[in-house]
Amino acid sequence: MALLEVQDLKTYFRTDDGIVKAVDGVSFNLEKGKTLGIVGESGSGKSVTCLTIMGLNNRRNTITSGRAMFKDHDLIAMSPRRLRDIRGNDIAMIFQDPMTSLNPVHTIGRQLVEAILLHRDVTKAQARARALEMLKAVGIPRAERRIDDYPHQFSGGMRQRVMIAMALVNNPDLLIADEPTTALDVTTQAQILSLMHKLQEEFGSAIIMITHDLGVVAEIADDVVVMYAAEVVEKAPVGRLFERPHMPYTWGLLGSLPRLDATVERLVQIQGQPPSMLNPPRGCRFHPRCPYVMNICKTDDPPLRPVPDEPEHLDACHLDQETKDREAKKLLETMRGAAA
Amino acid sequence: MIRYLIRRVLWAIVLFFAVTVVSFVLFFIIPADPAKQACGQACTQVDVTRVKKFLGLDKPIYVQYGKFVGRLMPISFTGGPHFKTPSLGNSFFSRQPVNDLVLRAAPVTASLVLGGVILWMLVAVPIGVLSALRPRSLLDRASMTFVLIGISAHPVWIGLIFAYFIGYKWGITPITGYADFINPPPGEPGGPIQWAYHLILPWMTFAILFAALYVRMIRANVLETMNEDYVRTARAKGAPESLVLRKHILRNAMLPIVTMLGMDIGLALGGAVFTESVYSLPGLGRTSIQALANYDTPTVMGVIVFATVAIIVFNLIVDVLYAWIDPRIRLA
Repeated sequence: MALLEVQDLKTYFRTDDGIVKAVDGVSFNLEKGKTLGIVGESGSGKSVTCLTIMGLNNRRNTITSGRAMFKDHDLIAMSPRRLRDIRGNDIAMIFQDPMTSLNPVHTIGRQLVEAILLHRDVTKAQARARALEMLKAVGIPRAERRIDDYPHQFSGGMRQRVMIAMALVNNPDLLIADEPTTALDVTTQAQILSLMHKLQEEFGSAIIMITHDLGVVAEIADDVVVMYAAEVVEKAPVGRLFERPHMPYTWGLLGSLPRLDATVERLVQIQGQPPSMLNPPRGCRFHPRCPYVMNICKTDDPPLRPVPDEPEHLDACHLDQETKDREAKKLLETMRGAAA
Repeated sequence: MIRYLIRRVLWAIVLFFAVTVVSFVLFFIIPADPAKQACGQACTQVDVTRVKKFLGLDKPIYVQYGKFVGRLMPISFTGGPHFKTPSLGNSFFSRQPVNDLVLRAAPVTASLVLGGVILWMLVAVPIGVLSALRPRSLLDRASMTFVLIGISAHPVWIGLIFAYFIGYKWGITPITGYADFINPPPGEPGGPIQWAYHLILPWMTFAILFAALYVRMIRANVLETMNEDYVRTARAKGAPESLVLRKHILRNAMLPIVTMLGMDIGLALGGAVFTESVYSLPGLGRTSIQALANYDTPTVMGVIVFATVAIIVFNLIVDVLYAWIDPRIRLA
């Protein structure tokens, strides 16, 4: 029994220009205590997928369908009241920009205490003690004094630590991290990632890590979902994805990874722009940008299906297996060659 | 904090001199003769010259200004330094001390402005917040229509319409006039109830423009704050909507409103002139308009000094208040 089972999740937004299909039939599973990486470009629907699971989209202009079974309960069909009890308690979320994700007019202590008191029947003093404990656990120096400081008195990295403390304060089973390191500088990124890793071992939470950085995924994830234009295009255990990537879009992502250990003239980039989700391309949504495009790609949307000899590894691509293996090998060799 | 206050007071003094010098020069260059006006129609040229000398108008402008400032100083040096009551001089026209004129008119204007501020905030905050929570709803559209009317219509026109329909046609309220809150002159209405009864129409007239501006501003601020990341964080924590609104949205959305309120009190004093004229309220606005018509420089200067000090004090209070409610602001 998986902790979270997402099945055919669809999130459409009504806008003045028409219906935007932000998430269009996404499915994945997440086991207890495991980490799932969701990778994709900006606008591929990674964040909206998670906001939908949390029920944080604006109800007025959102059409949602599909299921998100969390411990046998469907989060999508749940009443807002019950969902509120789960949010921040069983499922917590941290966001991309720690500079704007904390309320500027309340001390961080008050914001942590609020998170506790919303779900626990404890006194204010007990909640404060717990908040302090969490701040120490995430490595805020002199936490006793800093608990009464306001967000603007913290650096970006420290604020993200506060956000993590606030998310983990009620021991959630699932932590959704929406690009938690994107807004931070590289050294801080590494600190935050190792902190999350450490805390995951300590608290046993499962994590959904949304990112566009395959490096982050390699470091922290057990499984990876690659999203493109509101759909899942490849899904695999992290080792398999890096060893035998199957989808031209994944190749593009891998090829565009900057490397410190290689001299490359220019970074390889995926040509073109992600499509507008008001009017996505027919057939495979990646076909206008795909260097391997065939006629069938323009008419038929490839289903997500398992790779013949790897049941855990799924991809959505019309290319034949031989070509996929050959091109993946070529790509990995160039990357290794560049490194050598 | 102390250093901040000292700096603010020094600025206030500079501001005070700037305002009074400009006003004084303006009165000096307008082609009118206050002495002739004060003397009356039957005066001969000789009389006017005597009045001019009596009022000190024969002296150069810097001497007149110096005397004006000297009267205002709380310390006198003639006959050894000693404290004295700052004086605004005597009216050219009625010969009454301007201090008395201003002190009699100020409570009327204060009643009008403070009551108006309370009324406009009572109207603007709920309407602004509700229409932000339900954009494009009937309430939102109705309130935006109200905003358009409130901003477009001149207070004098609104005042006359109110006085005609509510006061005259339907007889619900007095058409004009004022009743003292305490110690009314014998034979005249007074007391809190009469006071409020006489001020209902002026308050409404006065509040409409600002209520309209504030509805629009509060609506925009709340709409903007609702999309802030920290509001999403609060929801992600599992906070119910009422708490999100109170603790996270309103607290932040109201910060700029406090600043605006402080600045608008000054503007409101200007707006009070129209309302007082329409409803014949014996406040500072009407006093200064009458004084202007009579070229009564000391009275006009008195009102200007009083208004300047009031605005400076209000702004200082608002700044201190702002630093208190917004932890990001440090007064240094």
